[in-house]
Amino acid sequence: MQQRLSRERPLDLGTKLLRVDWIYVLLLCALAGVGYVALYSAGGGPAPYATRHVMRFSAGLVLMLGVAMVDIRVIQRLAWPFYGVCVTLLVAVARFGHVGKGAQRWIDIGGLQMQPSELMKIALVLALASWFHRASWERMGNPLFLVPPVIATLIPVGLILKEPNLGTAVITAMLGASVFFAAGVRWWKFVLLAAPVPLIARIAYTHLHGYQRARIETFLHPESDPLGAGYNIIQSKIALGSGGMWGKGFMHGTQAHLDFLPEKQTDFIYTIVGEEFGLIGTLAVLGLLCLIILGGMLIAVRCRHQFGRLVALGISCNFFLYVFVNIAMVTGAIPVGGVPMPLVSHGGSALLTVMLGFGLLMSVHVHRDVEFSESRDT
Amino acid sequence: MRRETRRSGVFTRRALLLMGGQVALLGGLGFRLYQLQVEDGAKYATLANDNRINARLIAPPRGRILDRFGVPVAANRPNWRALLVSEQTDDVRATLATFSRILPLDGHEQERILRDVRRHRSFIPVLVREYLTWEEMARIEANAPDLPGIVVDAGSTRDYPLGSQLAHVVGYVAPPNEHDLAEDPLLSLPGIRVGRSGVEKYHDEALRGRAGVEQLEVNAVGRVVRELSRQEGVPGEDVGLTIDAGLQQAALQRLGDESASAVVLDCTNGEVLALATNPSFDPSLFNSGVPQAQWDAWMHDPRHPLMNKATRGLYAPGSTFKMAVALAAQATGAVKPTDRIFCPGYLDIGKTRFHCWKKGGHGSLDMRGGLKNSCDVFFYETARRTGIDPISAMSHQLGLGVDLPKFDLPEQRTGLVPTREWRIAQGHPWNIGDTIVSGIGQGYISVTPLQLATYVARIATGRAVQPHVTRLMAGVTQPGGRPEDWPALSVPDKNLQVVRDGMWQVVNAPHGTAPLAKLPDPRWEMAGKTGSAQVRNVSRALRDSGHFNSANLPWGYRPNALFVAYAPYDAPRYAISVVVEHGNAGAEAAAPIARDLMMQTLTRDPANRTQPPAQRVAEAVPAAAPDGSRRSEP
Repeated sequence: MQQRLSRERPLDLGTKLLRVDWIYVLLLCALAGVGYVALYSAGGGPAPYATRHVMRFSAGLVLMLGVAMVDIRVIQRLAWPFYGVCVTLLVAVARFGHVGKGAQRWIDIGGLQMQPSELMKIALVLALASWFHRASWERMGNPLFLVPPVIATLIPVGLILKEPNLGTAVITAMLGASVFFAAGVRWWKFVLLAAPVPLIARIAYTHLHGYQRARIETFLHPESDPLGAGYNIIQSKIALGSGGMWGKGFMHGTQAHLDFLPEKQTDFIYTIVGEEFGLIGTLAVLGLLCLIILGGMLIAVRCRHQFGRLVALGISCNFFLYVFVNIAMVTGAIPVGGVPMPLVSHGGSALLTVMLGFGLLMSVHVHRDVEFSESRDT
Repeated sequence: MRRETRRSGVFTRRALLLMGGQVALLGGLGFRLYQLQVEDGAKYATLANDNRINARLIAPPRGRILDRFGVPVAANRPNWRALLVSEQTDDVRATLATFSRILPLDGHEQERILRDVRRHRSFIPVLVREYLTWEEMARIEANAPDLPGIVVDAGSTRDYPLGSQLAHVVGYVAPPNEHDLAEDPLLSLPGIRVGRSGVEKYHDEALRGRAGVEQLEVNAVGRVVRELSRQEGVPGEDVGLTIDAGLQQAALQRLGDESASAVVLDCTNGEVLALATNPSFDPSLFNSGVPQAQWDAWMHDPRHPLMNKATRGLYAPGSTFKMAVALAAQATGAVKPTDRIFCPGYLDIGKTRFHCWKKGGHGSLDMRGGLKNSCDVFFYETARRTGIDPISAMSHQLGLGVDLPKFDLPEQRTGLVPTREWRIAQGHPWNIGDTIVSGIGQGYISVTPLQLATYVARIATGRAVQPHVTRLMAGVTQPGGRPEDWPALSVPDKNLQVVRDGMWQVVNAPHGTAPLAKLPDPRWEMAGKTGSAQVRNVSRALRDSGHFNSANLPWGYRPNALFVAYAPYDAPRYAISVVVEHGNAGAEAAAPIARDLMMQTLTRDPANRTQPPAQRVAEAVPAAAPDGSRRSEP
C-alpha cells in the first residue's frame, strides 16, 4: 500500500526531466546530425537545407520535451478527440487540400503546410492504445470487441487511399496491425486476414492509378524505361553503388552534385550518405536507426501500463516503417513510395510530426510507473 | 493483477517478436546495401562515370595545300557565325526581331531558328547565320547590348585563293556522307569536311589530322560543369605541291576560252609544274553546297567543266604517237633510221586505201624526215612492218595507255594502246588495217594529256619518270624529286636521239610541220610534235570530192588539236603537252599555246627554283648519257 501511494504521488517537473531518457535524446540528435551533414552536401553548403534543418530540429526537440512533460493519462483522455480531429483533417484535405504530384495530400493550417496523414498515424496509435488499454486477455478473444478498432483503422486507411497515397495507406494499415498484434489479438485472426491478401492485391491492382501501376512496373523492370519512370530507381542505385565501401568523400558525390539524383534532399537523402560515405556510412546510419527503434521498443516493454506500452510500440513501429520503406525504396527493393527518411530528410512538417511522436514516446518513458484510475471494464 | 501479468507477458513476448522481425528486416537492408555498394560497386561506379563524363572530340585544323614556292592554294579561313543561346535572353523573338533589323532574316529562317531553339536545351547555341562578312560581324558586335543571347564565334571554312584556276588539282571538300561517318568518328563533328577530289581527296587522311579528346563533366541535363582532361588533336599536315601557281595561272590564261588542257612537267623528275584544264569551276561552292542551277549548268556544259581533262580526258594521240611507232620500229629492227620509204600520198592495203594528210605525197623519206613532215604513209608502212604488239609494248614503256602508278591525284584514266590479245579477248580478230591506223595514233588508241607529257619527258631524258604533284608532306621532301630516283628506259639512247632529232626538225627545220612552235628566244630551242586527231571518220566520197575542209565542220566534229614538246633541246628540262578539243589542227591551235607556255616556264624566275635547271642532258641524266653528235642535219 505504501508503494502504491508513493506511485500515486504526482511527479514534479524536475523529476520528470530527470526521468527523460537522455541517451535516447542523444541518439535522436545524432540522427539529426547525419541529416545536417547530408543536407549540407545536398545543398552545397549550409544554405538552403542544412541550417534550416537544424533550426527545425531544435524546435522539434522543444516540442518533444514539452509533450514528454504531459501526463500520459491526460494524453489517454485526449486520444479519441485527437483521432476525431485528424479524421476531420483528412476529410478536409480531400475537399480543400492542394494537389502535389498528382495527389491531394497537403493542407494549409495557419500558413503551416502539413500532411494530415502523418498526424493520422500517431492519432491512430493513440486511439487503438486507448481502446486496448483496459482490455483483458479474455476480452481480446471476443471478435465483437475488435470491430470498433478495426473500423477506426479502416477509416483513415480508406481516406489516405483516396488521396491517393498507396504507400502511406499500406504503412498505416501495417501500423494498426502491429498495435493489434501487440495488444494480444489471436494469431489465427491475422492468418485469416492475411489469407485473402493476394486476391485483394490482384483486384486492387486493376483499380490502381496509372502512376501507381507504373511504379510497380518500373520497380519490377527499371531498365525498361531508363529515362522515364525507372530513372529515379536507376540513378539512386547508381549513386549508392558507386559509393563503394568507403564513399567518394564529403561533397564529392557526382550523382548528387550533378543533379542526377532526383529529390536528393528529401526522399533520396540516404543515397547521398551512401555515395559520399560508402557502405561504412550507410551501415553506421542503419545501426543508429536500429538503436533508435529498439530503444523505443524497450521503452514499451519497460512500461508498467498497457496504454504506454502500446503507444511506445506504435510510435517505434511507425518509425521503423518509415525507415524500412525509405531504405528499401532507395535501394530498389520495393516500389518508390514518396516516404522520407525521418529526421534526415528536408521537410518541416514531417520532422515536427516525427518529433511529436518521440515526445509521446518520451512521455510514456517519463510516466512509465503511473497508475491509471480503475476503469469501467475489468 | 494476474490478468495484468498475463497481458504484459503477452505484450513483452510479442514486442520481442516484433523487434526480432524489425532487426531481421533491417539486417536484410544491410545485406542489400552490401550487395549494391561492395559486390556491384565497380559496375555502379562505371555507370556513375558514364553519367557524368561526356567525351567530346576536338576538330583539328585541316592542313593547308601549298604550291612549290609555299603559296597557299587551299587554306582555312575563319567562318564568322552568329549563334543564339536562348537562356541568355528573356525573349528569343525580340532578340531575333532586333537581329533582323541589323541583318535581315526572312520568315523562313526565323522559323527554323525558333524550331531549333525549342529542340535544344537552353544553353546549347543555335545557328542564326553563318559566313558573315567582317562588316556584318562588326555590326553585330557593335549592337551587342541590344542583342542578348547572340554570340559571334569563328568556325573554320575552306578557302581556295586561286579559285577555279587550280580547282582540278587541289580538288574540293564537302560535308561527309553516311558512309564516311562510319569510318572516322571525327567526321561527325560539325563543320568537318572531307576531300572529294584532287589533292584534297588523295591526301585527305594526312590533311584531316587526328581529333583531340576533351573529357567534360556534365550534369543531369547535359550542361558542362567543368573540363576533366583535354588531349589536343594533331593538326592536319601541310601538303606542298610541285605546282607553280604562277605558271598554272599563266597556263589557264593562255588556254583562253578553249575547251583544252595543258600539262607542264619537269622532265628530269616528273614534277608537275602546271596541270591546266579549261573550263574550270569554283571549288569553294562544294563547301557549303552547290546551288542546283549551277550544278545543272555544269552538267549540261558540253565542255565538261568538272572533268579534269588533263588526267581523265581520253584522246586519240594522232601524229604525236609517231615517236612511239618510230622507237618500236627501231627496237625490232623492222625499219632502221636510215631506211627510206616512198610516200605517193596513199598506201593500199588489200582493197583499202589509206591516205596521207598531204595529197600529193612526200616522196622518199627517212625516219627523221617522216617525223619532220609527219608523213602518214611513212608510219602506215612502219607500223605494218613492225606489228602492233611491239608498238604497244613501246608505248606502255613510254607511259601511254598504262596507269601511272606514282601519280597522286585520284582522277586518272588508263587509256588504251591495244594489243592483238586485247582485241581477241573482245571476240574480234586483229586486222591489218587496225595496225595501219595505229601507226598514226588513231583507231583504238586513247591517251590522256598527262600521259602525253610523260611520254615526251621520257623520250627527252631516257628515264622512266612518273608525273606527281606532291613534293612535301609536313615539310618532308617526298621521294621522286631527283632524276636518279627514276630508272633508265630500256631504249638505247641512239634510238631516242633519232626521234629527238625528228622532233627538233618539226619545230626548227625549214618546212617543218610546226613552225609556229619555234621559241622566240634564241637561247633555247624546242623539240615537238603536232597531232590532229579525227573524232569521226571522214568518208572516202567526201575526201575525194576535194571540198573537204575539217575547219568547216561543226565544233563538236572537228579534229582535236594536240602538241607535245620539250625544251631546251640540248638539255631537256621541261616537257609539255597541249590538247585543244576540236581545235582542228595541232600546228595551228595547240603549237602556239605550247610555245608560249614553254617560254613562260623557261623565263620564270630561276632564283625561286628549288633545283636550278640543269645545263646539259649529261648533268640532268647522268646514267643515260647521249652519244657524241645529237643533232643531225635535217
